Amino acid sequence: MISFIVRSIVQKIVTLFFVSVVSFLIIHLAPGEPSQVDPLNPKFTPEMVERFRQEFHLDKPLHIQYLYFYRDLFTGRTTSWKDNQSVLIKIWERFLNSLPLFIVGTILTWTLSFPIGIRSALFRGGAYDRGATFFSYLLISIPGFFFAYILIILVVTRFQVPVIGMQTFGLGSASLPTVIMDRIWHLLIPSVLGATAGIAVLSRYVRSQMLEVEGQDYIRTAKAKGLPPEQVHYKHALRNALLPFVTMFGLILPGLIGGSVIIESIFSWPGMGRMAYEAILARDYPIILTVNFLSAVLVLAGTFVSDVLYMVVDPRIRL
Amino acid sequence: MDMKKVNTREGLETAEPLLRPRKTRFEESWGLLRRNRLAFTGLLIFVLFFATALTGLILTSGTEPYFDPSMVRLQEKLRPPLAKPNIDTLRPEEIPRLGVYLFGTDDLGRDVFSRMLQGAWVSLTVGFVAVGIAVLIGIFLGGIAGYFGKSSISIEHVLKALLLFMGTALLFSGRSYPGLVLLIMGIGWIIYPLAHKQVSGRGDMPLLLRVLHRKAILIDTLIMRAVDIMLCFPSFFLILTVVALLPASIYNIMIVIGLTSWMGATRFVRAEFLSLREQDFVTAARALGLTNLRIIFRHMMPNALAPVLVSATIGIATAILTEAGLSFLGFGVPPPHATWGNILSDGKRFIFDAPWLTFVPGFAILIVVLSFNLFGEGLRDIVNPKLRERH
Repeated sequence: MISFIVRSIVQKIVTLFFVSVVSFLIIHLAPGEPSQVDPLNPKFTPEMVERFRQEFHLDKPLHIQYLYFYRDLFTGRTTSWKDNQSVLIKIWERFLNSLPLFIVGTILTWTLSFPIGIRSALFRGGAYDRGATFFSYLLISIPGFFFAYILIILVVTRFQVPVIGMQTFGLGSASLPTVIMDRIWHLLIPSVLGATAGIAVLSRYVRSQMLEVEGQDYIRTAKAKGLPPEQVHYKHALRNALLPFVTMFGLILPGLIGGSVIIESIFSWPGMGRMAYEAILARDYPIILTVNFLSAVLVLAGTFVSDVLYMVVDPRIRL
Repeated sequence: MDMKKVNTREGLETAEPLLRPRKTRFEESWGLLRRNRLAFTGLLIFVLFFATALTGLILTSGTEPYFDPSMVRLQEKLRPPLAKPNIDTLRPEEIPRLGVYLFGTDDLGRDVFSRMLQGAWVSLTVGFVAVGIAVLIGIFLGGIAGYFGKSSISIEHVLKALLLFMGTALLFSGRSYPGLVLLIMGIGWIIYPLAHKQVSGRGDMPLLLRVLHRKAILIDTLIMRAVDIMLCFPSFFLILTVVALLPASIYNIMIVIGLTSWMGATRFVRAEFLSLREQDFVTAARALGLTNLRIIFRHMMPNALAPVLVSATIGIATAILTEAGLSFLGFGVPPPHATWGNILSDGKRFIFDAPWLTFVPGFAILIVVLSFNLFGEGLRDIVNPKLRERH
């Protein structure tokens, strides 16, 4: 087990290195330069551009730029090209804004998809199962931005609450319950949107896992010896069906930093996704690269955690 | 007609009772598809969408299109669906062809129906071309990894590839002279042994050359690590970055979506090839002395394609969604051209006054993507007998 852990950590570090090289190349070999973002601005004289290029090492060859960038990243000194603020601090602030969305979305996903999936599996082929199947395809297929507008129209016209942004502007002197309700309304819709695809996919997966376990011999044995159905389903079947989902806790890690670009820009939510989007528009390379790097770290950490969890949970893998 | 078919089949069965399966594979799959109502509806909608996109392309392109998607009628802006045009205020060529604004008009008075027709073709081509690119890359890399995976790459190969790569990189970054030298060195190194094949004896090599021929890494490992690396990127964010940096054009979007979504296909093809290459018919083909190419394309590929095509169908749905998302964010096809995503994006300022600008393209995307997803899932059940529900 120790050797497995060491081996996979080394492998992941190598992968991370290549990810950093590839993302750096993609960004820097794309046509255009960050110094040309605003050519019509009269303040952008050639001397300014030259100073800008020197300041951010843009006049050096690519591999030197690469070394400079990742040295700065690891010592925490990377600064945004747009406003000279520290990239890590900026990301941290935005991350704190995205975090509630992520938490509520994850809770919704995991609490809703299990009951839905289990029920579909138990009543396989019935009206509920077919309805749930169709509904989950519907949720997978609906474009997030379209669904967002449907929900906005619904909530704003039915319940008369504003939903754009993190809170209603100018609500300062309102009573505490109003403020809290306001925050909840603003939080709820983007999180529901973030959770829809997850609910659809996860509930399908729960259903298929549950079906597979229900077909096993020991379930038939349990039924045959006269155990009540609840005990068969929830004690014998569900426990074994849950096994792969333990590992999925690792796979939700990347969602931490993903932050949906589209949903956050519709709701003017000042989170990670929106920051990344603004950075792309402004060609703020340090932010783009850092976000990319961090999310690659999270993906790799997530797979690592899920591998280790799987070994802990399932003794057959440990051999 | 059906009766006749049954008759001939019975006739055949009496002639060669055991040799011929009762149904051909296609007939059986078709029957299964007919029974799966959701998947069959998906197929029907898909065919309908294909026809719409094709007629849309014909009717809205050219200098004098039948439906003009970019005709601006400012006096007729934001008319609801099925509204009659004000004939008095319009010049004769501005009157909509159908006599009504079937899907209403947008904030510039452009006919949404014509714009939807024009956008259908964009969605269709983006879906198909992007997935086509992804599947081709997937088949190529997955095939190599699955078939030649056991052989390894020597340090020599790595050096050659490095030379070529550095040369190209230098060439692109503006230093053409050293780049060209490196490129020529690399190409020369590759061609030289090909020209002097008989020289390369194995035993009497100097030490340096023997080091060069040391095995460095398995081809399979190399390709699968590349897949791992690509999977580390957050895909929509990567696509967004590249599309934003490149000049706006529909072809860039197709290529970028294709280049960032080949990992699934690669894994499928590799897995299929790994299991197929151990089977007897491949051994037989090899024993007959067939070339590798013929074994791969004639014997193994047809058997490996089914799961790839299934995932491709679902991939098309994803690609259409991605393109719509990009258009929605304002990247994508440059403005006068309509896509479903940018009709919706233009309409978002009027969601309360003109909800049809949101609902028409939104439902169109939803229905098309849903049909692809349902059809793909149905195909998956048909292709994989283990998943089939027994009746």
